[in-house]
Amino acid sequence: MTETRAPNTLTPSSPAVAPGVAGAVAPDTLLRVDNLVKHFEIRGGLLGMSRVGAVKAVDGVSFSVRRGEALGLVGESGCGKTTLGKVILRLLPATSGRVEMDGQVLFDIPARGEPRRRPVYASNEAMKKVRQNMQVVFQDPYASLNPRMSVGELVGEGPLVHGMTDKKEREALVRDMLGRVGLNQSHIHRYPHEFSGGQRQRIGIARALALHPAFIVCDEPVSALDVSIQSQVLNLLNDLQAELGLTYLFIAHNLAVVEHISDRVGVMYLGKLVEMANVDDIYANPRHPYTVALLSAVPEPDPHRRKKRIILKGDIPSPANPPSGCRFHTRCWLREQLGRPERCTTEEPVLRALGSGQESACHFAEEISPEAVASAVASSGPTVTAEP
Amino acid sequence: MTSPARAVEPPLLSVKNLSVAFPTEDGLVQAVDDVSFSVEKGKTLAIVGESGSGKSVTAQAIMGLIDRKAARMTGEIWLDGQELIGLPADEMQALRGSQVAMIFQDPMSSLHPFYRVGAQITEAIFAHRSVGAKAARAEALEMLQRVGIPAAERRIDDYPHQLSGGMRQRVMIAMALINKPALLIADEPTTALDVTVQAQILGLIGSLQSEFQITVIMITHDLGIVADVADDVAVMYGGRIVEVAPTSVLYHQPEMPYTLGLLSSVPRMDRDVSMRLEPIPGNPPSPIRLPPGCVFAPRCKYVDRVPGGACASARPELLHAAPDHLVRCHLPSEERQQIAQDLLRVLAGGAA
Repeated sequence: MTETRAPNTLTPSSPAVAPGVAGAVAPDTLLRVDNLVKHFEIRGGLLGMSRVGAVKAVDGVSFSVRRGEALGLVGESGCGKTTLGKVILRLLPATSGRVEMDGQVLFDIPARGEPRRRPVYASNEAMKKVRQNMQVVFQDPYASLNPRMSVGELVGEGPLVHGMTDKKEREALVRDMLGRVGLNQSHIHRYPHEFSGGQRQRIGIARALALHPAFIVCDEPVSALDVSIQSQVLNLLNDLQAELGLTYLFIAHNLAVVEHISDRVGVMYLGKLVEMANVDDIYANPRHPYTVALLSAVPEPDPHRRKKRIILKGDIPSPANPPSGCRFHTRCWLREQLGRPERCTTEEPVLRALGSGQESACHFAEEISPEAVASAVASSGPTVTAEP
Repeated sequence: MTSPARAVEPPLLSVKNLSVAFPTEDGLVQAVDDVSFSVEKGKTLAIVGESGSGKSVTAQAIMGLIDRKAARMTGEIWLDGQELIGLPADEMQALRGSQVAMIFQDPMSSLHPFYRVGAQITEAIFAHRSVGAKAARAEALEMLQRVGIPAAERRIDDYPHQLSGGMRQRVMIAMALINKPALLIADEPTTALDVTVQAQILGLIGSLQSEFQITVIMITHDLGIVADVADDVAVMYGGRIVEVAPTSVLYHQPEMPYTLGLLSSVPRMDRDVSMRLEPIPGNPPSPIRLPPGCVFAPRCKYVDRVPGGACASARPELLHAAPDHLVRCHLPSEERQQIAQDLLRVLAGGAA
């Protein structure tokens, strides 16, 4: 393992602390994300020379991950969860914001409207050290493994690049990793096409683990796998975390999968975190109308409990042109119940603590009650018709 | 001709001993192996299985979409008293769309990118009925409104790429139902969609089903969707049906070890998360080299309980465990029930 930096080198008063992260600066914080923004420019005009807009994939997200914890990140397609993971890993350049990993600032870029200052980036040398400590497991085990490299080369590549092993020792290290992820050690000379999807995902996990990282971003690690295989990989991730004390940022759209692996869960909608809480609290007692609807939409595998749902109207709006005020207001059932208060369309809610450690970005989070939810379910009805 | 669990009214669809095999360079791919089931009018049958289980090929066979030159197909498919296998191509063409329609998983690749959605729906009308262009367009518009397309009078002239995934799936549904078919086959209709949109689409299919009295075959891998929409469930594995039962029986008194494995391995929000998932070990079989005995035997925990190693050598038949419950397993029924109840009790013990 690499040297662990003294936790007290964390700067407790970062310049860009966004609201909603109050109390997040704990001494055991491994990853800290402040006001992270990632906009993809839309170019148009003559020869695509002018900037005509931006897809606001991630638009001001702040959170921190404690050492040894699994933070789940859920949301629907287009909510920015994958982009967020990539920007944290610096696989994509951030537009603005600050990410600090294990005491090392990866980047610190002032946001628009902030006082001008020079953006800070970790040097290439520092980044290489950080990369050894933070790894990623991708969604598609068919696309993320080079088909021309054998398992031994795939898993051993990282340690070789980082000078953690030489060609002689590599085989022993790879065999150890294959054993850990439940693959046959004699398959070291085989190529990816000789493996099933679940086995390939194990190769991907072994590849990430080979560098002995403290932190792994798992981006939809089981959604490409068959149902009978998903649980094998989820159990493996759970076991490895317990065994090696890993910290996960677990990105997925499947709420049951996220619940199974996470200690805390953040819910994203259109580039924003709308709710963040301990896993038990958020599933038992969601405090944002979007989370309530999302949880109610999941079909439960029990025919005796066919539940009535809150069916949201319409589709998720375009992140290039998000609604004003609260981004969820166009589909919000709570807003309808409260008689469409103007505040929802004019004032952007911030993630605020509600006590009991739950954080919600809803102006009216206190209005969510079992009665309110029941009445929203009743008014959803079975037929789905056009939005207003 | 024996047919299991025949109701007073003959079933709308009945499939008997259907087998589909594709000869390939590597060997014969036995995609569907002696599959029999029936669906009564107005009901929903769910076919559950993983990739390679043969569920989509079964659907394609019903739709007459299997290339008879490339595949070996045997068995019978009876739709409303008519045998579909061996039907001349033009007669099948006439049935397809008017009697039986299908919606697919990926609405982008099943809509033509060059044609406006309205034109694609009216094309389906013209294929089966002689209707004037104006009347057809009016009918298409009405259907688009019925499936919940907002501002349908404007959207009817959109191209597929201008619509979101959920809207495209609604267009697919409109197109499938425009000729009021008796049978709708939905092949993973919501797999490509987000969960809030999935809830919309499942709700829509359900309400259209009762409105138009449609019989539905829902093909999916999601046990949550099955519990939500199906009257009966057929579980497929390795090209065979391994268990058929009414939905509540399948979830609460399953007997086939594969069904049990699925039920205990899927993470669920209504169970204690601290409980470890119980995965099914190993991988699904290759359709080229199916195990000689029970297809599930290589992954089954209970093969030792069957004397003489029958699971590995003898192919179990799909037999009645109850009048409406069929199971393909060598274990005695009492023992299967015992295993299932013990396991479900443990799982329920963790429920909140």
